[in-house]
Amino acid sequence: MAASRLGIVARRVGGAIPSLVGVVVVTFVLTRSLPGDPAVYFAGLMADAESIAATRARLGLDRTWIEQFVSYVERLFAGDWGVSLQTGRPVLTELSQRLPASLELTLAGLLFAIGVAVPLGVLAATRPNSWVDHLCRVVVTAGVSLPTFFTGLFLVYLFYFLAGVAPSPLGRLDFIYFSPPHVTGFYTIDTALAGDWWTFRGALAQLVLPALTLGLFALAPIARMTRASMLAALSADFVRTATAMGLSRRKVLWTYAFGNAFLPVLTTLGMVFSFLLGANVLVERVFSWPGVGSFAIDALVASDYAAVQGFVLAMALLFVAVNLLIDVIYTLVDPRVGLEG
Amino acid sequence: MAAPLLDVDGLSLEFRTRSGVVKALEDVSFQVAKGEILGLVGESGSGKSVSAYAAMGILDAAGCVTAGAIRYDGMAVTGAPEREVAKLRGREMAMIFQSPRTALNPIRTVGDQIGDVLRRHGGATRQTARARAVEALAQVRIPDPARRARAYPFELSGGMCQRVCIAMALACRPKLLICDEPTTGLDVTTQAAIMALIVELCRERGMGALLITHDLHLAAETCDRIAVMHAGHVVETGAAADLFAQPRHPYTASLIAATPAAGRTLDAIGAIPGNLPDLRAALPPCRYRARCPRALGVCDADPLPPLGSGHGVRCHNPLGCNPMGEEATVDHAAA
Amino acid sequence: MAEALRKPFGGHFLYVLRENPVTVLAFAMLCVILFAAAFGPMLAPYDPLASNAMNALRPPSAAHWFGTDHLGRDVFSRVLVATRLDLAISVAAVALSFVVGSTLGSLAGFYGGWVDAVIGRITDTIMAFPLFVLAMGIVAVLGNSVENIVYATAVVNLPFYIRVARAEVSVRRTAGYVEAARLAGNSEARVLALTIFPNILPPMMVQISLNLGWAILNAAGLSFIGLGVRPPTPEWGIMVAEGATYIISGEWWLALFPGAALMLAVFCFNLLGDGLRDLIDPRKRT
Repeated sequence: MAASRLGIVARRVGGAIPSLVGVVVVTFVLTRSLPGDPAVYFAGLMADAESIAATRARLGLDRTWIEQFVSYVERLFAGDWGVSLQTGRPVLTELSQRLPASLELTLAGLLFAIGVAVPLGVLAATRPNSWVDHLCRVVVTAGVSLPTFFTGLFLVYLFYFLAGVAPSPLGRLDFIYFSPPHVTGFYTIDTALAGDWWTFRGALAQLVLPALTLGLFALAPIARMTRASMLAALSADFVRTATAMGLSRRKVLWTYAFGNAFLPVLTTLGMVFSFLLGANVLVERVFSWPGVGSFAIDALVASDYAAVQGFVLAMALLFVAVNLLIDVIYTLVDPRVGLEG
Repeated sequence: MAAPLLDVDGLSLEFRTRSGVVKALEDVSFQVAKGEILGLVGESGSGKSVSAYAAMGILDAAGCVTAGAIRYDGMAVTGAPEREVAKLRGREMAMIFQSPRTALNPIRTVGDQIGDVLRRHGGATRQTARARAVEALAQVRIPDPARRARAYPFELSGGMCQRVCIAMALACRPKLLICDEPTTGLDVTTQAAIMALIVELCRERGMGALLITHDLHLAAETCDRIAVMHAGHVVETGAAADLFAQPRHPYTASLIAATPAAGRTLDAIGAIPGNLPDLRAALPPCRYRARCPRALGVCDADPLPPLGSGHGVRCHNPLGCNPMGEEATVDHAAA
Repeated sequence: MAEALRKPFGGHFLYVLRENPVTVLAFAMLCVILFAAAFGPMLAPYDPLASNAMNALRPPSAAHWFGTDHLGRDVFSRVLVATRLDLAISVAAVALSFVVGSTLGSLAGFYGGWVDAVIGRITDTIMAFPLFVLAMGIVAVLGNSVENIVYATAVVNLPFYIRVARAEVSVRRTAGYVEAARLAGNSEARVLALTIFPNILPPMMVQISLNLGWAILNAAGLSFIGLGVRPPTPEWGIMVAEGATYIISGEWWLALFPGAALMLAVFCFNLLGDGLRDLIDPRKRT
C-alpha cells in the first residue's frame, strides 16, 4: 500500500516536468523577443561595444535558436540568470535575497485567508440561509471585486492614519529595529528563534496589514469553494449513513463531510496561489515591501529585462512547485487517485 | 402481543419547500414487533423512506411532524431532543441504504468506518476498534476480513460494500434494523445473497426489521407482515401470506397485478393507471380516488375508515365484501 | 440555437430577475457605467487634464465633488472620463481572448487528437504561470503601451475560454441535432461553425461577464505599477497609484474615488456574471 502510494507520488513529480519545460520555453521566447539587441541588456549598464560583443558570444546570440535554447537552459541550471541593470548584481542573487520577504507575506496572507474562509464556508454550508450564509455570500461576491492595491491603501488609511494602531507602511521592519540573524529569512520566525520578542512584535506589526490585504483577496475563492463542496458533501449518501449510525455531529461534520469537502478546496488553493503571487506584486508596491515584486516593478520601469525575466521565471517555478505540492498532498489524502480507472 | 419495538402511530408529516407544503405522510400507522420483519411496499414517492427516516430521526430540516408519534420500545422519538434520539441511532436501531458504494465514506477505510461506530456506541477504544471491526466483518460472512478492513470502498464490489454497511449497522447489536431498498443497484445473484444474509442475521439475533422495497416478490418471500403505502397513506396491512393471497385494497390488487412473474406474459402485467397525486395540492380524503376503479360517492365525502388490526384496510369499498365484484377490478387493472 | 429556442427564455429571464433582485441592481449599474463611458467627456464639469496649483489637494466640496488632486485637477472629472479607457481596455482584451480562445477551444473539442493535444499543451503552459506575473512579463517584452496591456490581458485570459469552449463543444459533438446537420450534407467545418458554435455561446457569455471584471482588475493593476497608461491620462489604476502617496498624510479622496469606481465596475460585472449563469444554467447555482 505505502509503496504504491510512493510510486504515485513519484509519478506526480514526473508529471510536473511538462509544465517546467513549458515555463522555460516561454521565458526563453520572452527573452528572445525583446525589442532591440538582447546582448545590450544582458551586458549590463557599464557595457561598451567590446563587452557587448563578449556577451553576445557568451549568450550565443550568433548561433541557431536551438543552440541558443540549449545554452539558455544550461545557464539557467548553472545559476546564471543574467545581471540586473539597476543593481549590477546577478539576478539570481537579487531574487533569492528578496524571496523570503515575499514568501513570508504570501504565506501569512494565505494562512489568514484559509483560517477565515474555511470555517466561514463550513458554517455557511451547515446553516443555509442563516446570517453566516449571507455573510459568506457577501464576502464571496465582494472579495473578488476588491482591487488589492485599493484594499491595501484603504487599510493603511484606516489603521495607520485614522486609528494610528498600525506602523507606517514602509517595509518589513521599522528603522528602530535591527534585522534578525538570517535563518529562514522570515523575520517573524527568525526573531522568534532568536528569542527577540521585541523585534518579533515589530516585524509582526509590519506584516499584519499587507498580509490582511492579500488574505482578503484570497478569502473569496476559498470560501466559495469550501461552501459549495461542503454543501455537496453534507448531502452525500455517506454523511446520511454516518448520521444514521449515530456518530457524533462533530465526527460527521469534520471527519466525514469536511474530510471529503477538503479535496476540492485543496485544488482551488493552486489557483488562489497563482492570484496571490500576482497580487503580491501590487501589495508590495503599496507597503514598500522589499520583496521580489517591488524588485520586478523597479526593473520593469527601468527596462531591466534580465531582472524581469528572472522574476517571471522564478514566480513560475515557484507556482509549479506549489502545484506539485498540492498534487502530492491530494495523492496522499485521497486513496482513489491513480488507482481507479 | 407485547408492546411493539417500533410503533408509528397516526404520523402526519409535511415538507415545507419553496414550491409549497408537501403533505408527505398522513395518519400513517404501522408496528414492528420484536423479531418480526415488516415489509413496507409501494411505488417510489409513496412515503416509505420518509417514514423510515422519521423513525431514525434523520429527516432533513424541511420535514416537520404535524400529528401522531413514533415510539421506539415505548420511548417517544418524535418530539424528543436530538441528543436523546442520536443515542438510539446505531445502538438501538440502525439503518442500511440503497447504493451501498456511495453510502460509505470514499476516503476512509471500511475498518475505520466500522471502528467509528464501535467507538461511539460499542465502548471500543482506538486500540480495540480495529480488531472488533474485523470481527464485525467476519459476522457478515466477508472472507479474509482482516485484509478487507484495510480496503477503501472503491476497492470493493457493490455487494461487498453492502455487507460492510450491514456489518456497520449490526456492529453494536441493535434491536431494530431498517433496510431502505437494500438490494437496489446490486446484480441479481448478489441481491439474493444480501437478502438471505439480512434475514438470517435477523432470525439469529431475534432482531426486528423494517424492509422498505418496491419489489413485491422480495417482500412476499422475506417478510412476516406487509404494510402497503400509497401517496403518504398506509392503505393496507396484514400477514404477508394473507395480503398476497387476498388483497383487499384496490391499490394492493393493482400492485400485485402489475408485478412481473414467471409464466406471465407482458400483456398480462397491468400498469396502474394514472400517477401519484401532487402532494402539494389539496387532496381528497382518499388519495387513490383519482386512480381507483372502485370509487364510490362516499370516497369524496367521508374520511377514510381506520386501518383496524389484523388484516386491515383503509377503503370504503374494499375487495372481498363489496357491491361491485372483484373480478371486474382485476380485469380493469390488467387492461 | 436548437437548445436556446426550446426554452421559454423571456419567462425564465423575468423569473430570474424576480428571484434575484441583485441582478437588477447590477444591470442598473451596468447602464450607469456604459452611460459614463459614452458621455463621460461631455458630462465632466472640468477639464480632466487642467491643473491648478492654487487649488491642489482640496477635499470634496460642492464645487469639486470628489476633491482635487496634487496638481489641482478635479478628481470627479478624471474618474468620469477614465471610465471609457478602463472599459475599452478590458472589453478589447476580453473580446480578443473570446475570439481566439473560443476558436482554439472549439477546434480542440471538435477534432480531438493532436489538435486537442497541442492546444491543451498551450493552455497548460499559460496556466503554469501566475497569470498577473505573466502579463507583466509580456508587457515588458512587447513594450510599455496601452495596446500591449490589452494583448497581455488577452493572453492570460485565453485558457479560460479555451477550456470552456473545448468542454462545451466536445459534449455536443455527437448530439442528435449535430448528427442531423451532418446527415443533411453539411461539411464538418460548417457543422462546427453553424450548428455547434451558436449553442456554446450562452456558457461563453457567462465566462465573458465573469472575466470582464477580472480583466478590469488586471489592467488597472498593470497601470498601478506603472505599465501601459502614462500620466497624465486619467485612468483608475494610475489615479489610485498617484493618490497612494497622499493616503499616509490623510488626503484619502485622491485614491478612494477612482478605487471605488474600479471596485463598483468589477462588482457589477461579477454580479451580472452570476445572474447570467443562473439564467443560463440554474443547476450551477451556489
